[in-house]
Amino acid sequence: MSSPAVVKAAPVAGSTPGALQGPRSRRRIALVPTLALLLGAVYCLLPVAWVVIAATKSGSELFSTFTFLPGTGLADNLSGLSAYRDGVYWRWMGNSALYAGLGALLSTAVSAISGYALAVYRFRGRETVFNILLTGVLMPPVILAVPQYLLLARIDLADTYWSVLLPLVLSPYGVYLSRIYAAAAVPGDVVEAGRVDGAGEWRIFTRIALPMMVPGLVTVFLFQFVAVWNNFLLPYIMLSDDEKFPITLGLFTLLEQGSNTPALYTLVITGALLAVLPLIALFLVVQRFWSLDLLSGAVKS
Amino acid sequence: MTSAHRTSYGAEGAPYALRSPASALRRARSAPLFFLLPAAVLFALFFALPIGYAVWLSLHKIEVKGLGLGAGARSEVWAGLENYAGALTDSEFLGGALRVLGYGAIVIPVMLGLALLLALMLDSEKVRLASFTRLAIFLPYAVPGVVAALLWGFLYLPDVSPFFFVLDKLGLPQPDLLDGGGLYAALSNIAVWGGTGFNMIVIYTSLRAIPAEVHEAAKLDGATPLQIALRIKIPMVAPSLVLTFFFSIIATLQVFSEPTTLKPLTNSVSTTWSPLMKVYQDAFGKGDIHTAAAGAVIIAVATLVLSFGFLRAAGSRSRQGEAR
Repeated sequence: MSSPAVVKAAPVAGSTPGALQGPRSRRRIALVPTLALLLGAVYCLLPVAWVVIAATKSGSELFSTFTFLPGTGLADNLSGLSAYRDGVYWRWMGNSALYAGLGALLSTAVSAISGYALAVYRFRGRETVFNILLTGVLMPPVILAVPQYLLLARIDLADTYWSVLLPLVLSPYGVYLSRIYAAAAVPGDVVEAGRVDGAGEWRIFTRIALPMMVPGLVTVFLFQFVAVWNNFLLPYIMLSDDEKFPITLGLFTLLEQGSNTPALYTLVITGALLAVLPLIALFLVVQRFWSLDLLSGAVKS
Repeated sequence: MTSAHRTSYGAEGAPYALRSPASALRRARSAPLFFLLPAAVLFALFFALPIGYAVWLSLHKIEVKGLGLGAGARSEVWAGLENYAGALTDSEFLGGALRVLGYGAIVIPVMLGLALLLALMLDSEKVRLASFTRLAIFLPYAVPGVVAALLWGFLYLPDVSPFFFVLDKLGLPQPDLLDGGGLYAALSNIAVWGGTGFNMIVIYTSLRAIPAEVHEAAKLDGATPLQIALRIKIPMVAPSLVLTFFFSIIATLQVFSEPTTLKPLTNSVSTTWSPLMKVYQDAFGKGDIHTAAAGAVIIAVATLVLSFGFLRAAGSRSRQGEAR
């Protein structure tokens, strides 16, 4: 009984913690890594902090007061932004939500069904199909987007909502992640048991396999949502009617006009802040569902 | 027993149960084809067809007869490799290629070096605030490239930037970040800011997959954390480093939205700053889709050659390492 007491007393007596190689020294903070990480965090948060403060400034305060001093113009900036061309900014937001939400949903559905088929069934040509789909990840978007535009223009689908939605529905990366997840999460015995019970293949997929794949599909959905929300090249090439613009393209045109008229700077800055808020909120809410292990598992193999 | 089992399904289960095993097998065989149908159709329409069309366009040109008026005066004729020869001798295209190679030579080592360093720091023992800093560093991933370029673009403008305020107060010289060499630093910084967190997470998750016994054993042998990082952790996450490198090459060579967004803020970003911007300009500025298609094919081939060349080089080096 006495030995634990002696051990407990040891750290008090040994005041040179560096010399102690016991489990007790784990309490100390590793200073260098913590500071390095904090510096990294400051670097990454700095532009976000700047835009939060800059959005509160009126046009004259923006150029006259210290950058990190909050201003008094937030309400004016917001109403100015909402009033800009009859509220076209909110229309861009709605368009982005539509492109990213519906696009990611369709994409997740296609990824789920394809990934499941590639993981569960053994058939001739399976690896060939998978490899052909995967080359899509490596295809630079540029070789796709320009001819996609020209082809869609031929059937009068360029400059429509479809022209931004459809090319992004098949996500090779999404199929890849779904296959890996289905292979890990849907045991072959369960599928076999479903067949023995007389369930059809479609029923096995929708009733048994799909619920098991949900955590992986949430990750696929989020990846695709971010990819579509952040996309610029495709809508830039496809769209000319600014009523259909997503927020990235809308902000860009606002900046283009604003560069000649500094009065529009405050609108651009406020618009930029509002454009990042939905995704940051989404991240904070769903980060517990966001399966990053899946990401690394996918990258490793 | 079997008959009792079958009847227990009732009306709904009966059609399935009545089928012969052979037809069930046939359904199991054809099911993957049905399941893969949507992906196959989308792949054909939005991947294979556009790529084929781009290659076809790049091998053709418009021939104008007479004054180019009236029907049939403009026709598409075979051009062979003419468009490719044109693109490869175009000084704007080549200039763009050199600019992007220089930009990539800054972005990729800095971004992945930082990502590896921060991942190792996250993985070290006794580190505080790990989950907060990890989320903060990952945050720029959620910021669209256009918005990132816009935010940094304002931070580069002397009138509104806190950096210039500090430099001014300290009486230090103020660099021009939107011109000359400063522009490369400015654009690279945007890419590093946006990409470090994502790559850090990829490397960090594969660091966590290293079994704890491995470092415990090294620690018992008296290895310092630095030695453990250099001799054990980095070699063990080499595959994920190779993959982050590979995907970074693909992304970097196609840089488009960041320089396009900075363009309104400065005159030194031309409309053809990167090869991809030149392709856009050819297609939509000049309406010359054949030259644009050749440019797109060249960028795609160059990207694939560079990225796969890197993979092969990395693969043969690691095989040599194993042989030793």
